[in-house]
Amino acid sequence: MSLDRAQVAKIALLARLSLSEQELDSATEQLGKIVGLFRQLEQVNTDGIEPLVHAIELHNVLAADQLAPSIERELALKNAPSADDECFRVNAVL
Amino acid sequence: MNAPEYTTIVGLEVHVQLKTASKLFCRCSTQFGAPPNTQVCPVCLGLPGSLPVLNAQAVQLAMRTGLALQCRIANFTKWDRKNYFYPDLPKGYQISQFDLPICAEGFLEIEIGSEATATRKKIRLVRAHLEEDAGKSLHDESATRDRKKSDTRIDLNRTGTPLLEIVSEPDIRSAEEAKSYLTELKLLLEYLDVSDCNMQEGSLRVDANVNVHIPNKDPNGKPIATPIVEVKNLNSFRAVERAIQYESARQYQLWQQNGLSIGQAPKQTRGWDDQDGITTLQREKEESADYRYFPDPDLVPVLIEESEIDHVLQSLCELPQTKRQRFVSEYQIKPYDAEVIVSQGLAIATYFESLIKLGSTPKRAAAWMQQDVLRTLRDQDIAIDQFAVTPCKLAGLLVAIESGKLDTTRGREVFNQLVQNPQIEVEAAIDSLGIVQVDNQAMEQLCAELLAANPDVVEKVKSGNAKAIGSLVGQAKKKNPNADPRVVQELCLTIINAS
Repeated sequence: MSLDRAQVAKIALLARLSLSEQELDSATEQLGKIVGLFRQLEQVNTDGIEPLVHAIELHNVLAADQLAPSIERELALKNAPSADDECFRVNAVL
Repeated sequence: MNAPEYTTIVGLEVHVQLKTASKLFCRCSTQFGAPPNTQVCPVCLGLPGSLPVLNAQAVQLAMRTGLALQCRIANFTKWDRKNYFYPDLPKGYQISQFDLPICAEGFLEIEIGSEATATRKKIRLVRAHLEEDAGKSLHDESATRDRKKSDTRIDLNRTGTPLLEIVSEPDIRSAEEAKSYLTELKLLLEYLDVSDCNMQEGSLRVDANVNVHIPNKDPNGKPIATPIVEVKNLNSFRAVERAIQYESARQYQLWQQNGLSIGQAPKQTRGWDDQDGITTLQREKEESADYRYFPDPDLVPVLIEESEIDHVLQSLCELPQTKRQRFVSEYQIKPYDAEVIVSQGLAIATYFESLIKLGSTPKRAAAWMQQDVLRTLRDQDIAIDQFAVTPCKLAGLLVAIESGKLDTTRGREVFNQLVQNPQIEVEAAIDSLGIVQVDNQAMEQLCAELLAANPDVVEKVKSGNAKAIGSLVGQAKKKNPNADPRVVQELCLTIINAS
């Protein structure tokens, strides 16, 4: 079992990717291969092995609740495609 | 009585902003009301290359809340990305908790029914998980007339503020129960001091999942459930109540028309319109899988030791329900009085207890709290910590009343003096009103004079109408404002009986 074109089109929509018909074909094939690899991994017997939630063996990286300076607003808005003196601007959201 | 046409089924999702100084994954301020986009940094703006670091205090506050809600605190919890696109979410995903939330399976007890027949009901909780808040979309009023210029302004100050999302099971059966649940939850959160719980400022937000169950005509069949609707844009507890009433009636009507039950129509998100009192369709709900949750590789898991959980549990303050019960058993006050005092918040409950510790009887303290203190706070629109009359002063006054030094009416006059003049002490206030305890001899003389002047009252009392004596109290007060009505009545009766 692999991915079909409709599934890939749906994923593309969720990721806000606009794919041409041709790109959709190749993405379906490539993503299908990736899913195939996971199917292969599924065959490994993992009984008694704890699930891995993170590749790094670290935990509890915490910071104290103390304020640090924010950045200047001008700097924050600098690279936005559209902004005014105070805010980012985007197409009207309904 | 006929069986009801349908049963309302409600589950509530409550988003609570936790009271931390800095955000969940960066050290920008969470302060409400700052100028737009002045509390942002590369982390909360979602700029490439930035790394989130978890706020230790947010974990503490989540644990405190979870334990107070009888939840199991996870020994192992982790962070997941919830992917969706919206302009107020700069990263394109929200850092949340998917399969291993910090708190699971708790409950909150609420009171249902009216005073006399009230019973307690457990509302089970599915989970409470930590996540980051999104920014705010501001609609540009000036541009609305010109559609070409019409766009939305985005303020990202709120982005990354810690939220605890508390999810109930669908155990709530009416709009009233929903209100009771929210009121009790808010009170608990305020006692725990984990959130400001200010709905106007958005530090407490509520979404309601609503559907109705319709009895099946087949006696062996299961009830018919209508498709679930998530109602958003609920800006007050009153709005939650009204929206649930409206939405359940709407669903029942719609089912009568189209007969569609759960699974036959998609889950909807509808918005509450407070002005028109209706819900309107916002979107057909994306399935959970559409958020494509996956573990956030930027954040490592959190391990919580049992000893740490114990430590937080030990440090919890007395919770509202425990306090109500203790007030009733320890001070012998009525459950209703305990409820009124406790539900006014921790500061009020503490003030009440101070009065007792400083010598007032619990009954008198409870009466004065509910009438005089709460009314004054309402009239002046202030909190108890701004109140001019300290517990010490009020207790002094109540003890003076208790000892018979002055009566309740004159006590109120002293109280008003204390309210109006924060500098004045109780003794001075009593003196300034010319209140002196009238000695027994003077009182006896006063009563004898009154009885001599009112033979008709004496006759009435002798013929068995002891209440007639009440008409002398006003006259006694006129002759001497310090005359205690209770003493006047007692003395007069004694004199009549002895004659």
